[in-house]
Amino acid sequence: MTELVDILLQASFWAAAIRIASPLIFATLGELICERAGVLNLGIEGIMVIGAFAGWVAVYGGLPLWWGVGVAFLAGAAFGLLHAVLTVPFGLSQHVVGLGVTLLATSTSYFAYRLILPEVTSPPKIVPFEPLAVPGLSAIPFLGEALFTQTALTYAAFLSVGAVAFVLWRTPLGLALRAVGENPAAVEAQGLSVTALRIGAVVAGSGLMAVGGAFLTLSAFSSFFFEMVSGRGWICIALVVFGAWKPGKALLGALLFAAFDALQIRLQQTPIGAVVPYQVFLMLPYLLSILALILMSRRAEVPAALMLAYNKGER
Amino acid sequence: MRLEPIAHPSLVRQAGLPVAAVAATVAVAAALAALAGADPFAVLGQILTGAAGSKFALLETLNRATPLIFTGLAVAVAFRARLWNIGAEAQLYAGAIVAVLLGTGAVGAPLVLPLSALAAMAAGAALLLGPVALKVRFGVDEVVTTLLFNFIMLLFVSFLLEGPMMDPMGMGWPKSAALIPDARLPRIVEGLRLHWGFALALGAAVIVWLIQTRSTLGFEMRAVGANLRAARFAGMPVNAILLKTALLSGGLAALAGWSEVAGLKGHLSQDLSPGFGYTGIIVAMLALLHPLGVIVSALFVAGIFVGSDAMSRAAGVPTYIADMLLAVALLFMVLAILLTRFRVVRG
Amino acid sequence: MSLVAAAAEVVLRLDGISKRFGALLANDAISLSLRRGEVVALLGENGAGKTTLMNILFGHYLADAGSVEVFGRLLPPGHPRAALNAGVGMVHQHFTLADNLTVLDNIRLGTEPLLSVRGPQTARARISALSRDFGLAVPPDARVADLSVGERQRVEILKALFRDARILILDEPTAVLTPQEADALFATLRAATARGLSVIFISHKLHEVMAISDRCVVLRRGRVAGEAVTAETTRADLARLMVGDQLAETRVTPRVGGPARLRLRDATAPGLKPLTLDLCGGTITGLAGVSGNGQAALADLIGGALAPASGTMEIDGAPVAAWSTRRALAAGVGRIPEDRHRTGTVADFTLTENTALETYATRFARGPILDWPAVRAHADAIIAAYDVRCEGRDQRIRLLSGGNMQKLILGRVLEERPAILIANQPVRGLDVGAIAYVHGRLLDARDAGAAILLISEDLDEITGLSDVIHVMSGGRLSPPFRRGTLTQAEIGLRMAGQGFTDAA
Repeated sequence: MTELVDILLQASFWAAAIRIASPLIFATLGELICERAGVLNLGIEGIMVIGAFAGWVAVYGGLPLWWGVGVAFLAGAAFGLLHAVLTVPFGLSQHVVGLGVTLLATSTSYFAYRLILPEVTSPPKIVPFEPLAVPGLSAIPFLGEALFTQTALTYAAFLSVGAVAFVLWRTPLGLALRAVGENPAAVEAQGLSVTALRIGAVVAGSGLMAVGGAFLTLSAFSSFFFEMVSGRGWICIALVVFGAWKPGKALLGALLFAAFDALQIRLQQTPIGAVVPYQVFLMLPYLLSILALILMSRRAEVPAALMLAYNKGER
Repeated sequence: MRLEPIAHPSLVRQAGLPVAAVAATVAVAAALAALAGADPFAVLGQILTGAAGSKFALLETLNRATPLIFTGLAVAVAFRARLWNIGAEAQLYAGAIVAVLLGTGAVGAPLVLPLSALAAMAAGAALLLGPVALKVRFGVDEVVTTLLFNFIMLLFVSFLLEGPMMDPMGMGWPKSAALIPDARLPRIVEGLRLHWGFALALGAAVIVWLIQTRSTLGFEMRAVGANLRAARFAGMPVNAILLKTALLSGGLAALAGWSEVAGLKGHLSQDLSPGFGYTGIIVAMLALLHPLGVIVSALFVAGIFVGSDAMSRAAGVPTYIADMLLAVALLFMVLAILLTRFRVVRG
Repeated sequence: MSLVAAAAEVVLRLDGISKRFGALLANDAISLSLRRGEVVALLGENGAGKTTLMNILFGHYLADAGSVEVFGRLLPPGHPRAALNAGVGMVHQHFTLADNLTVLDNIRLGTEPLLSVRGPQTARARISALSRDFGLAVPPDARVADLSVGERQRVEILKALFRDARILILDEPTAVLTPQEADALFATLRAATARGLSVIFISHKLHEVMAISDRCVVLRRGRVAGEAVTAETTRADLARLMVGDQLAETRVTPRVGGPARLRLRDATAPGLKPLTLDLCGGTITGLAGVSGNGQAALADLIGGALAPASGTMEIDGAPVAAWSTRRALAAGVGRIPEDRHRTGTVADFTLTENTALETYATRFARGPILDWPAVRAHADAIIAAYDVRCEGRDQRIRLLSGGNMQKLILGRVLEERPAILIANQPVRGLDVGAIAYVHGRLLDARDAGAAILLISEDLDEITGLSDVIHVMSGGRLSPPFRRGTLTQAEIGLRMAGQGFTDAA
């Protein structure tokens, strides 16, 4: 038990938790935007992969880091557009298209990676985002190390939460997005285009997911390798439910989840880790996600038109 | 734009669009090959001959199709009832574990094969029952839970293979002990590398087809999938139907793992399935969820994989082209099928 | 008033509008004009082309021919925004509101530049001013889901007014209102025309049309069948224009009921106050009330989808213990569902499959096997006996017209010879012919001894068909009244919740 307390009292533990949370925050926000507009985006897992790859390859090819983030966003947006065109105007099953997009984005990344680097065995590295101490704030004991010596991309993740919340609740665009996920007919009747709003939401949301993926290569691991996303996308879908489709709560969920993940890594190093097989620790995040879904299932207010295609003129 | 149902789609539309989808997929394949610096026509030819150009290639394709038929059926059965079982991968491993548990000496001939098959089905069914019970009881979306179970199951298998199930003679490799000969599925024809699992898969497809079209349960499963509210209004026991669907689907997926271990590999390792569970989704969708169609689409998908492997060795185009082609084929096909039933109109 | 209007400028002109859907000519060279300060009633049976015409005006459909002119300007076809921006507001029969958003958000949705920064507060002052001026009281911060039907309609009207609509189009606005709420709506419309707005009032209720409109335009089978100044015409003339020669209203003689087949005593369920109800054999019991006042729960209770939470239910004198849809069906309860598309049928199933939805397990199961030859014979019998126009039993039911779909459902239910029949909005959305057919079949079933519960929002249907009438409001059920003992106005007061003895 003392080990546990020791871990929780380390600033480095919380710094790690926030690092782990960052990609999840981006991707969860992206999924949240899609679902708020009524589209379940199961392409998230693959879009994170393409984001990780595209961001990495751009920087590997010589572009500055922030350009890499931009390239990742665009790559994700492109696959989002594919998803949106098939599910919104054509109204195809969001489950099937989402899984198809995940497979396509993943295999495209791997295919392109092998095209570019046919022979390498150990993946080449790039120079990732460096931790950036916020002047003043980083000097605060404990909090400074945990919160304010992160990379710029992490700060961007936190800022995105506020930005997305602001857009959703303080702008007419946000109102329109929420309305289109509640009752597309109401939006159409007010002269707005359901198709344009939903496509826009999925494209933007997918871009954010891809930035989440790019965090892995540009900030966390500094190289691209296969299976690196390993279910993070699916976990983000659970986090959206856990966060009741609200950015603030989703952030909280991502932090909780990441803290848990960081904890299990550290617990493996303790005497407990010698007794309990490491696979059990690795399972915990997934089990936790399922638990979160069960706990939140009853209370959550699902967007009323989630997963319902809208065909004009059909009542 | 707007979609308008077509009351009587012409034959040209019904046949032409799916053909166009396949043609478009082939075009994408050619483009990817060119992108990789290879001769597109040569690459297409190599995929074809690699998949079916020789007895060896054909048998390889049939072997590869076997688990895909099972997982494809599992997905088709579930999706037909709108039960989104994305966890066939986990259920597959559940079946594989049981094959090892019972097949390494715990049970002897002649009981071991039928017993381990049934136990494998039970294990897979039980694994899907959890998420479906959560869906029915708490409204928890089964897509995410079944997906997450895949990751949990892989870790569990890893734990088993590095711990209690590790082959003591395996020199520390994470793999299980080999099955006893009585627990292995024999070959259909002596001398040909094709085991009875393939025949079983064909039989399973026929049985599933009969269930769906001839039985009251099949009627119920289709009704629940096509209109849940109407099914409930008509008095159908919706929750029980979903649970029964889960049992059938999970059981079928488990047979994929069981037949891979008992028929092909003879032991369990972590790379038993290169994503057969996920590919089953593609197989089922390409078959439009028709159980007999699953056989055809599983052969097609297996052919692409086996052919691409062979082509990749020869032409140097990355094997991931196979996954790309399947994804493209899937998306083109669902779009084509939609357009056989609806036309796009302006305003 | 009509004299004033006759001199006023034309604000809306539809000219030669035609629209074809496949074989159906929904609009055939329809022309119509509306003047400032005028209320024009657009009359017509279901399927006469009213809805299509309005969808063309709003750019939801593209017309094959014809033009739309608002305030002297041609509207570009196919742009939903064009009509809105030109000052035309529409209140649909089925409200287009987002239930989980507030009144304020619903009203301002789409009225502000998307890329601006604006919360809900900016619109508040104007909305309260509009509410006051037009007598449209609604709580601005309430979620729409928590509003009554009448309040939701007010939100819809406010939506149009907030966009500076000068022309209001109301599609069957009173269908969901109590007579008293309808009167309040008429007051709002008068306030609107006094301020120079113009109104198109779509309806098939002649007495309302006579009460509110200055001019009537009657549509029949996609054409303008006639046009008249309201003051110079009569209900009978309008009725003849609407339905042509097929004006054959069912004259129904009331019957005195037999013994009670179903008895509810202080029965409750979610959404229902303790209620007492007898359904007698050979009797049509009408249930009047605005939709959403517990009718669905009552139908579910009798139909088995809900079990009584307290109180007792008896069928033919035997108390009901465990209760489910299956048990209800076995006990002889037949159900015609409110929504034939979403709950009554499976759109992608064939006619054959749809006829077996409720009976596959009892009539057609041979062990685990479904006896398809028997199901097919059954389907053929229903198609023949109930005059279902189709291409054959293997056709998907989604391609059937509403009337034929309803006939199939009717056949499915009546062929089981139900002792108790719940007919929930059995003729909603049907054309005159189909309505007469359905009503005829219900009367046949009554005469054959069935105890029928007829649930309808259409008071004319209730008072025309029922032997006994109950009124529902707020989950409460009034005592029974013999047909003819209450006026429509008295029924209306009860629909609005007055005159219930128990204060609970």
